Amino acid sequence: MTQLISILTTAVTFGTVIMYGALGEILTEKSGNLNLGVPGIMYLGGISGLIGAYLYETGVGAANALPVVGMIIAIVCALAGSMLGGLIFSFLTITLRTNQNVTGLTLTIISAGIANYFGGTLSKMAGGVGQISVAATSSAFRWTQSLTDGWGEFDTLFFNYGFMTYLAIVIAIVLSIFINRTTKGLNLRAVGENPATADAAGINVTRYKYLATCIGAGISGLGGLYYVMDYIKGTWANDGNIEALGWLAVALVIFATWKSLRGIWSAYLFGALCWLYYYIPGLTRSTQELFKMLPYVATIAVLLFVSFRKRKEDQPPASLGLSYFREER
Amino acid sequence: MTNEVAVQMVDITKTFGPVVANNKVNLTIYRGEILSLLGENGSGKTTLMNMLSGIYFPDSGSVFVDGVPVTIRSPKDAFNLHIGMIHQHFKLVDVLTAAENIILGLNEKAFIDLKDVRKQVAQICDRYGFVVNPDKKVYDMSVSEKQTLEIVKVLYRGADILILDEPTAVLTPQETQKLFHVMRNMKDDGKSIIIITHKLHEVLEISDRVAVLRKGEYIGDIATQLTSAQELTDMMVGRAVSLNIDRPQCEIKRECLSVEHLSVIDADGVKKLKDVSFTAYGGEVLGIAGISGSGQKELLEAIAGLQFIQQGGSILYSSAEGEQPTQLVGRTPRDIKRMGVRLAFVPEDRLGMGLVGSMDLTDNMLLRSYKDGASPFANRANPRNLAKTVVEELEVVTPSISTPVRKLSGGNVQKVLVGREIASQPSLLMSAYAVRGLDINTSYTIYRLMNEQKMRGAAVIYVGEDLDVLLELCDRILVLCAGEVSGLVDGRNTTKEEVGLMMMHLPNKEVEA
Repeated sequence: MTQLISILTTAVTFGTVIMYGALGEILTEKSGNLNLGVPGIMYLGGISGLIGAYLYETGVGAANALPVVGMIIAIVCALAGSMLGGLIFSFLTITLRTNQNVTGLTLTIISAGIANYFGGTLSKMAGGVGQISVAATSSAFRWTQSLTDGWGEFDTLFFNYGFMTYLAIVIAIVLSIFINRTTKGLNLRAVGENPATADAAGINVTRYKYLATCIGAGISGLGGLYYVMDYIKGTWANDGNIEALGWLAVALVIFATWKSLRGIWSAYLFGALCWLYYYIPGLTRSTQELFKMLPYVATIAVLLFVSFRKRKEDQPPASLGLSYFREER
Repeated sequence: MTNEVAVQMVDITKTFGPVVANNKVNLTIYRGEILSLLGENGSGKTTLMNMLSGIYFPDSGSVFVDGVPVTIRSPKDAFNLHIGMIHQHFKLVDVLTAAENIILGLNEKAFIDLKDVRKQVAQICDRYGFVVNPDKKVYDMSVSEKQTLEIVKVLYRGADILILDEPTAVLTPQETQKLFHVMRNMKDDGKSIIIITHKLHEVLEISDRVAVLRKGEYIGDIATQLTSAQELTDMMVGRAVSLNIDRPQCEIKRECLSVEHLSVIDADGVKKLKDVSFTAYGGEVLGIAGISGSGQKELLEAIAGLQFIQQGGSILYSSAEGEQPTQLVGRTPRDIKRMGVRLAFVPEDRLGMGLVGSMDLTDNMLLRSYKDGASPFANRANPRNLAKTVVEELEVVTPSISTPVRKLSGGNVQKVLVGREIASQPSLLMSAYAVRGLDINTSYTIYRLMNEQKMRGAAVIYVGEDLDVLLELCDRILVLCAGEVSGLVDGRNTTKEEVGLMMMHLPNKEVEA
C-alpha cells in the first residue's frame, strides 16, 4: 500500500511537469503550429525562474528573502523567458515561414545550451556545483496545506503537493472551456484546421497563431519552473531530465489527442509509466531502459488506435506544421 | 435590374512577381443583377474578385461601394461592406458543424451559442429555398450541401453582393438548376451576384450581363440577351474560334479492353466499384460520366494496376486483332508495362500522380523510360528530345525544359503530361478530367489530341465532368452511379437530361428508403 501511494505521488509530480509542457503545446498546436521546441522552452522557463529567484534572494540576503515575493519573481521570469522562446519560434515560422520541425528542434537544442550555460554560471556564482539555493522561493512552491488532516494515506495522496500541481489542473480545465466553448476558441480551432478558411471568415490568422504559440510557450515553461522549484527544490541539475520530460510532453499531446482534459489523467499515467521501473524489483541497468520506454510505446499504441478508428475528432489539426501565406497561388 | 451602381472598380492593377494578373481593370456592378465574369484561365477573374473580397490587395486602383471610395484590406472589411465571396475551393472547416462554420470569426458572443444561429439559418433557408442542417458536420456533407452552406454563411453575414467562383464546376445538371433557382430568388431580393465561369451556356442562361477579361485586361461588357456563345468566345480568346468539337468516324474498330465483373474495395472497406462490365474498342472514345466520386478514379486505377481487384473480376487486353488477350488483373503497373501493354494514363491528380512537381520537364519525361536499357545510368538524351518536341508541338508555355513543372500553369502542366503519355504510342489511352481547370483553347487542344489517338486506332477512355463536352466528343458514354454501371448510351443520340438522370439513379432499382 505504501508503495502504491509512493508510485502515485511520484506519478503526480512527474505528470505535472509533463502536463504543463503538453497543455502549452496543445494550445500552440490548435493554431496549426507544431512547436518541437517544447523541451527547450521548458528549459528556458526553468532557468529564467531560477535566475530571477536567485538574484532576488542573494540581492536581499537569504535571511530577508520573502518566499511569496521570490515565488512571484520566479513565475514572472519563467513566463517571460519561455514566452520569449515562443516569440522567437513564432517570428521564424509565422512571419518568416521557416520549416516548423527544423525551427522547433533547433530551438530545443539552443535553449538547452542556454539553460545549462546559465545553470553553470549560477553554480559558479554560488560557489560550486550543487551550491545554488533559493530556499525561500522553493519553500513557497513546496508549501502544502492539507484539507483532510489526519486522513492518513488519503491525505498524502491528494494534499501532499505544491500549488502548481493544482494550477495545472485548473489550466487544463480553463483551456478546455476556452477551446471548446468560446467563439475565440472556435476561431483558434479554425485557424489550425484551415487557415485560408479562417482568413476568409475575417479571422486574423497571424495574431491567433502568435498569441497561441507565445501563451502556449508560457504554459509549457511553467513545467520547467515546477521541476526546478518543486521537484529538485530550487537548484540546477544539468542531467537532461527536463529535456526527457519535454519530449514526453510532446508525446502526451498525441496521446491525449489534442484534448486538454484528457491530458490530466494521461499525464499522471505517463508519470507513473516513466517511474515504474523504480518500483519493479530485480531490474538491471539495461532492463530499466525497457521500462522507461513505456510512455512512448503507449503513445504509439494510441496513434495506431486512433488511426484505426479514424474519428475525425481525434485527428491532429489539419494544417498542423504548415505555414500560411494568404497571397500564395 | 436597376441602374443603381453597387460597386465600381477603377484601374485595378495586381501583379504577382513578374506576372501581371490584372492590368488597369474597370468593372461596374449594379444592384439586383447577375453579372457573369468570363475569361480563360489566367485571365485574372478570380484575382480581381479576390481583391473585392479582401483576400488580395491591389497594387493600384480604387474601389467604390455605393459611390464611396473604400479600402478593402481583409475579408472582414469586405463583410462590413456587405461583400461576400463563395470560393471555388470551399472555405469550410471539415470538423466543425454547419452552424459553427457560419459563426466563424464573427465573435458576436464570448461563448458559443448556436440557438439564434439555427433560427436565423432557418429564416434564410425559407426565404431563398435552401436546405441546410445546422448541426451536420461538414465532412459528412456532399459537395452541393457544402456549396449551399457557403452561400448561407455569406448571407448570414449580411452580404448584398455575392461573388460565386465557378460554382457549377462540381454540380450535376440538376443541382446546377437548383442553384440557378436560388440565384434568381436572391436577385429578385435585390442582391447583386457575380458568377465566375467559363461555361458559356450557363452564362447565357443565368446572367443579365457579361463582362469579359482576357490576359488580365478588361475587354468589355455586353447585355446577355444581345450576345451569343460565338461572340463571347471570340471576345474571350481574342480571335475567332470554332466551338464545335469534332467527332471523326474511325474505320478501325477492334476490341481493345474487356472488363468484366470488376469490383474494388478501398482501404476503409468501402465498396468503390460494384460488378462493372464494359468493352472499350480501338478507334473510339469511350466517355465515362458520373457525379465525382462515383468510382471513376478507381476504375481507371484498376485498369492501370493500382487497385486491389476483388475475386471474379477480369480485365482482358488485346493489343491487335486476333491476338491472345492478356489478363491485367493481379499485375502491378511494372508488370503491365513489361508485358508490352501500351497503356497511357493521364490521372486526375496531375502533380500528385502524373508528374513530379519539383522536377523539370526532362526528368518528368524520364519517369516513363528510366528503367529502359541495361545501363545503370539513366539515358537523358531521349527524354530531353521528347521534352523539346512536346514543348514545340503542344505549344507549352515554359521558360525552358529545365523548369520545375509545378511552376507552369495548370494548362501547360496538363499539356506536358498528355504529351508524355501519347508519345508512347498507346493502344489504350485513359484520361481523368483531362480538361479540368483548363481554358477553352487548351481544352480544344486536348480534345484534338484525344481524337488523333482515336484515329490512330487507340482506344480512348475519357472521364469527364462537363456533359456538353462528353456528348460532343464521345462515341459511347458509360454512366457510373455509386460505383455501378447505370447505363451505356450512344453519344450521338442521347441527351444531357438522360445522362444526368442516369448519374443519379440506377436503372430498375427501387430507391432504398
